[in-house]
Amino acid sequence: MADAQENHDWEGRYYHIDQILDAPGPRTDEGFMAGEGVKDFLRNQAKILVIGAGGLGCEILANLALSGFKDIHVIDMDTIDISNLNRQFLFRQKDVGKSKAIVAAEFIMNRVPGIKVTPYFGKIQDKDNDYYLQFNLVICGLDSVEARRWINATLVNLVDPENPESLKPLIDGGTEGFKGQARVILPTITSCYECSLDMLNKPTAFPICTIANTPRLPEHCIEWASVLEWPRVHGDKKMDTDDPDHITWLYTIAAARAKEFNIEGVTWSLTQGVVKNIIPAIASTNAIIAASCCNEAFKIATSSAAYLNNYFMLIGIEGVYSYTFEHEKKSNCPVCGGDSVSLSIKPDMTLEELIDLLTERQDIQIKNPSLSTPTKQLYLRAPPQLEEATRPNLFKTMSSLIPDGGEVTVTAGTLPFSLSLDISYT
Amino acid sequence: MIKIWSMKKSEEAAGKKKPKTSAAQIRVQKDLTELDLPSTMKTHFPDPADLLNFSLTITPDEGMYAGGTFQFSFAINTNYPHDPPKVKCTQTIYHPNVDLGGNVCLNILREDWKPVLNLNAVMVGLQYLFLEPNTDDPLNKEAAQEMSKNRDQFLSHVKSSMRGANIKGVQYTNVLVQ
Repeated sequence: MADAQENHDWEGRYYHIDQILDAPGPRTDEGFMAGEGVKDFLRNQAKILVIGAGGLGCEILANLALSGFKDIHVIDMDTIDISNLNRQFLFRQKDVGKSKAIVAAEFIMNRVPGIKVTPYFGKIQDKDNDYYLQFNLVICGLDSVEARRWINATLVNLVDPENPESLKPLIDGGTEGFKGQARVILPTITSCYECSLDMLNKPTAFPICTIANTPRLPEHCIEWASVLEWPRVHGDKKMDTDDPDHITWLYTIAAARAKEFNIEGVTWSLTQGVVKNIIPAIASTNAIIAASCCNEAFKIATSSAAYLNNYFMLIGIEGVYSYTFEHEKKSNCPVCGGDSVSLSIKPDMTLEELIDLLTERQDIQIKNPSLSTPTKQLYLRAPPQLEEATRPNLFKTMSSLIPDGGEVTVTAGTLPFSLSLDISYT
Repeated sequence: MIKIWSMKKSEEAAGKKKPKTSAAQIRVQKDLTELDLPSTMKTHFPDPADLLNFSLTITPDEGMYAGGTFQFSFAINTNYPHDPPKVKCTQTIYHPNVDLGGNVCLNILREDWKPVLNLNAVMVGLQYLFLEPNTDDPLNKEAAQEMSKNRDQFLSHVKSSMRGANIKGVQYTNVLVQ
């Protein structure tokens, strides 16, 4: 096996990359181990996870493989669609319908000798903390806010003050047409994805009254079909935007409505685009953002140069404009903000006594707290019905409510957001 | 690999560890326990352990809908507060901004939703619709036309619809408080 690997690293294979790794430069980090040390880490030890094998993911995988990362894992829950082929260059027509992660992994391994790409065809939510702990770095090329929030919160939660290895840098790339962004998130140290949630453009939504009464655009007709007609005709049956039959039904309804109002432009693909909120993907934007993400991954993995602090944005709509700034942590961020307090209490302490303790303690000073665990409510002040439902818990012992080492989330009007308690029993 | 941990040591943030409770869950807990509702609005949880699905009862004490008891269902998904709550009227009511299927035309439920808004804002917005129905953004077009062109006729339709009358072939829900 060692021999096989030797053979792959032919003379001069990494000539250009070694220019950077063989000697320190003016901007290299103090901890930079020029020469064999850093090369060994990059090529034999670093394990990197790529989330998403779509427009950004294909570029990221190729860039990582060519810059010397050799142990790459990739997750994607999607299958290949014919419309992906113009920019997701690891896929061919024969691959349509197959898993993006699996096909991309095979393609990279065939094309770049000596690289191991391990695919997972499924959701990021299928994997537990132990899975994410095995990586040095995570790069995301995702198209959904929900998935980003999930991986961000997971990596922030992973940070264990006792274990330096638990801090996994997250590099997040995103594109929308000609616009894109790349950012470096050091969970619990720099601002996280949730900190910037307010900055997101809201998805285009039309007033429901316009849709119902005064449609002027083809999009209005499509929204009429999906927002109003689908639930009216199909009741509780969920609309599946990946099901072509559902899109066809919506298209038929939307086209009839468009005809009634003399609106032109309702097509099958526009219908699909509107209900799936598809924004045209531009291959060159993906290439730039993926390159930026991989550049950061390389710098963080090797310490060969200062990495991005912490937000790079690209606007290519009129000319090419880019800007880099430090997005600040939000003190009341529900994921990385707020404090955590370790409490060591007697197992027979009641919930009511715990609340008294929280109210009295000088360093906490909470008024009227509501408490819950990740799986259930312990005590909610309001509304009255929930107060009544959770009131019996006040008289129960803590050990009967949560296990040793369990976590309790506290919210109160006096807190910026929430406080988390690590409960242990004496 | 860059030595991030050495930075961590110098940070005051050292020692922080976060709960596994999702951001959406905490936000909903915060929104609900800090609701500041007038006596005309009440929440009801069919399953008190499920904070994401509940109903709201509005009993306006003034305006043309005074005396009625109006029911709305709230469904919050795990992407809250990025996504707004889904709100529907569970009765058939005669109102310019609520259609017969229970869809509600309230700007902050769709095009003007922002994560900084909360459940209190949505509930107060819903109550406002009963005090000041808005004929500029109608969802029930006939009701809106009636309201702007023939106000007396509109008021009489409101009154009889609230009693559960059948108007022009539509059977309305009796919403009068027993």
